[in-house]
Amino acid sequence: MTAQEHIVVVGGGMVAHRFVEALRARDGDNRYRVTVLAEEPRAPYDRVALTSYFTGRDPEDLALGEPQLWEDPLVRLERDARVVEIDRENRVVTDVHGVTYVYDHLVMATGSYAWTPPTEGADLPGVFVYRTIDDVAALRIFVEQRRKDLGRPVRGAVIGGGLLGLEAAGALQELGAHSTVIQFVDRLMNLQVDEGGGRALTRLIEQLGVAVKCNTATQAIKPDKTGKVGRLVFADKAEQLADVVVFATGVRPRDELGRESGMMIGERGGIVVDDTCLTDDPHVSAIGEVACIQGACIGLIAPGNTMAEIAVDRLLGGDSTFPGADTSAKLKLLGVDVASFGDAFATTPGALELTYADPVAGVYKKLVVTDDARTLLGGILVGDASAYASLRPLVGAELGGDPAGWLLPEGAIERPNVELPDEAGVCSCNNVTAGSIRSAVTDDGCTDLAGVKACTKAGTSCGSCLPLVKKIVGTELEKSGVELSNALCEHFDMSRSQLFNAIQVSELRTFSEIIERHGSGRGCDICKPTVGSILASLYNEHVLAQDRAALQDTNDRVMANMQKDGTYSVVPRVPGGEILPEHLILIGEIAKEYGLYTKITGGQRIDLFGARLDQLPGIWTRLVDAGMESGHAYGKSLRTVKSCVGSTWCRFGVQDSVGMAIALELRYRGLRSPHKLKLGVSGCARECAEARGKDVGVIATDNGWNVYVGGNGGFTPKHAQLLVEDVDDDMVFKVIDRYLMFYIRTADRLQRTAPWQEEFEGGLDAIREIVVDDSLGICADLDEHMARHVDSYEDEWKAVLNDPERLAQFTSFVNAPEEPDPSLAYVEQRGQRRPATTEERDSGAVLIAPTRLEVHS
Amino acid sequence: MTTTIPANAVAVCAYDDLIPDLGVAALVGDTQVAVFRLDDDSVRAVQNLCPFSGASVMSRGITGSRGDEPTIASPIYKQVFSLVTGECLVTMDKLPVTGSADLAVYQVSIDNGQVMINLAGGQ
Repeated sequence: MTAQEHIVVVGGGMVAHRFVEALRARDGDNRYRVTVLAEEPRAPYDRVALTSYFTGRDPEDLALGEPQLWEDPLVRLERDARVVEIDRENRVVTDVHGVTYVYDHLVMATGSYAWTPPTEGADLPGVFVYRTIDDVAALRIFVEQRRKDLGRPVRGAVIGGGLLGLEAAGALQELGAHSTVIQFVDRLMNLQVDEGGGRALTRLIEQLGVAVKCNTATQAIKPDKTGKVGRLVFADKAEQLADVVVFATGVRPRDELGRESGMMIGERGGIVVDDTCLTDDPHVSAIGEVACIQGACIGLIAPGNTMAEIAVDRLLGGDSTFPGADTSAKLKLLGVDVASFGDAFATTPGALELTYADPVAGVYKKLVVTDDARTLLGGILVGDASAYASLRPLVGAELGGDPAGWLLPEGAIERPNVELPDEAGVCSCNNVTAGSIRSAVTDDGCTDLAGVKACTKAGTSCGSCLPLVKKIVGTELEKSGVELSNALCEHFDMSRSQLFNAIQVSELRTFSEIIERHGSGRGCDICKPTVGSILASLYNEHVLAQDRAALQDTNDRVMANMQKDGTYSVVPRVPGGEILPEHLILIGEIAKEYGLYTKITGGQRIDLFGARLDQLPGIWTRLVDAGMESGHAYGKSLRTVKSCVGSTWCRFGVQDSVGMAIALELRYRGLRSPHKLKLGVSGCARECAEARGKDVGVIATDNGWNVYVGGNGGFTPKHAQLLVEDVDDDMVFKVIDRYLMFYIRTADRLQRTAPWQEEFEGGLDAIREIVVDDSLGICADLDEHMARHVDSYEDEWKAVLNDPERLAQFTSFVNAPEEPDPSLAYVEQRGQRRPATTEERDSGAVLIAPTRLEVHS
Repeated sequence: MTTTIPANAVAVCAYDDLIPDLGVAALVGDTQVAVFRLDDDSVRAVQNLCPFSGASVMSRGITGSRGDEPTIASPIYKQVFSLVTGECLVTMDKLPVTGSADLAVYQVSIDNGQVMINLAGGQ
């Protein structure tokens, strides 16, 4: 093995992150160690999602990739370490603190800076740019303070009507400021859309309350009497009042280090590199926005990531070259879809443009095709970009059939079914082709979307290509004989959500009728519990009613959790974790009497382990008599609502989190769902209840509650995402009612909220439109369904104790009901008992036999 | 249903006490037996011991079918077994903790409305 070489990366942005990630993933022999010198005081973050800083409110949400990357012993990240000098002769760089780093290979990834045109008053307090977390944080502080000082909403102006300008206008709206976008040229986003698209875009943006001024040059920014920004003066001498100004007039490469150290610089700036991302110095590469590749600097993340991958590949002896930049983009600005791809401006000789415009719906679509109208060259989509994922990879390929199918609203004409060529790029963020997705299925044996995502990284950044990835994976699996059927099992040829609809529509209530009408055979351990759960979700009748006992998993059948030795654990409900001393004492007494092992659960209640089937009714009689009820710890249903102590006791709490948790737990108790549901409520932003690790997390604010959805712990932990902000108690119930009910109706079997939300077409935004803005017109139905659940709740255990027929099922042996299971054996550990292991049974170690326990009960 | 009742068959319960598709456990000597009345009104009996967990729980599993074969799924790790031959049809990529992965099957007959189990008459 040769000596380990040292790579120094100058710059700590997204492309630097991708470089390090790719290097560590591919350098299996540990040939290189790498040091990243970042100017900002933080690890690389998702700059593209900067605006979400205003909605997510958590800089952590912008983190890129796995944080463990920075703990790799071969990776060193120096924050706040701007490089000030590069000595290429001795291969040494020096940072702002005078620390020196010797390199074998240098990677320039310094990115861009926000460029502002020379304008009088551009240095006034209240003038901002929009590039880093610090920029947006400062903007936010200024706007919030300005609003307090002025005692009225802040007037904002954004200079620049491109992508970044619209992002900034959106950010100002989020901060409660009015905003006007001032654009020098004749339309918004002139680099991406044509005149027709620009008109549609302006209309949509104005509907959202953002004013748009095109053909307007800003000449000066004038102060008000406090010396802060006060008004704008335009070239035509017109004026506009503004309390805050954001420049979004483009970016320029940060190539000054390259210039000073004598690297070759492009005509319009940027460090010149060849197609392998190497500069004229064989020990120096440049990647991302600072690199002038094929004659230009490119301010997009996808080509930057491609360059990072190429630089890594070359360092490891590969031969990849830069394929040319794909400047396609699909964006959601202020909630408006805009996409532009390929030859969007029809510059190809003879190109034809097919357009469709619906000014009422605010939709504009254009396809650019060859003169024979067969081959797709590019296009522009404004207002409805749903066809983007399918169309962009088709650039250069035959469209097949009538191109109008792609322009008219979905469903108007059938869209031709076209097979993508292998080399067609599907995920442009991670540069994944249709071919690599296919080979993930055929060669690497991936059998589902999650597997293909992990294997290829397709769809793991912006996610806009996921519907297409899913389709390709499905087609490929079908071809290779693996059936990607969404069939539940051999008895039902439909998915859980289809079956849910079918049962709802047919109004059948027994398994035998349902399988006769919608399925075949006798059912199995997969479809029976699923049907049981759907019936429980729909009608909220007892899980053991009619022929349903035989449908339930053993846990639901006896309303307790089966443990490894066949005994059960018992968990009474403790709403919100608030418990009376009398109930604590009762639980202790029961545990002592029956010899049960006790443990506090993760959901703020108490688990009693080792109860035999025949002991369950006796235990529950005691609990129900004292006013306790089933905790549904056994069900695919609401488990607990965890809470912190909140404003009633805590010095920091701003709302009564325990009260809210109890209200939620009592509202949703017994609600059957595709998988278990856990909720959490925190009384302040310190989040002691860890609510964002729950399916639904409610966090107190000064003005009410923020509701987060789609979090979970477990195998793939996820933080819940913000659904609504600063809402009152009633609205908390209303949005959670609808969110949960919509999930219950549409999720797959055993699919928790996080993956459901992620795979839902359009993601959380689409779900928010459905459950908050009622875009599908189903909210009244969801509300009514949940109201029915709340009204018809009964304690399952209480109902069983009152029913001798069902009680008869809780016996050990049909022919010896008094005889406990003789095979149970226990040993003592830390003062309690646990099941004996096979070795302990064989060796006859000290055993506590069940007969002895019988003396107690 | 068999009409000749073997001499060493033991009555465990009345046929009418069995609810379709809801298993019960019976104690025959020292042996635990899981007894199922299926929806075609036939009765099947297999060992109650689950080979993959070592717990006596088969009577609490879910009945079903794979093709035409009536089955029972273990409630612990969800292995599926034939109720006709006892053969383990789905191992869930696990190995049995002791002995065979298959279940012993016991002969069942109905006599005078009583469910009779014959331990010696296993198939």
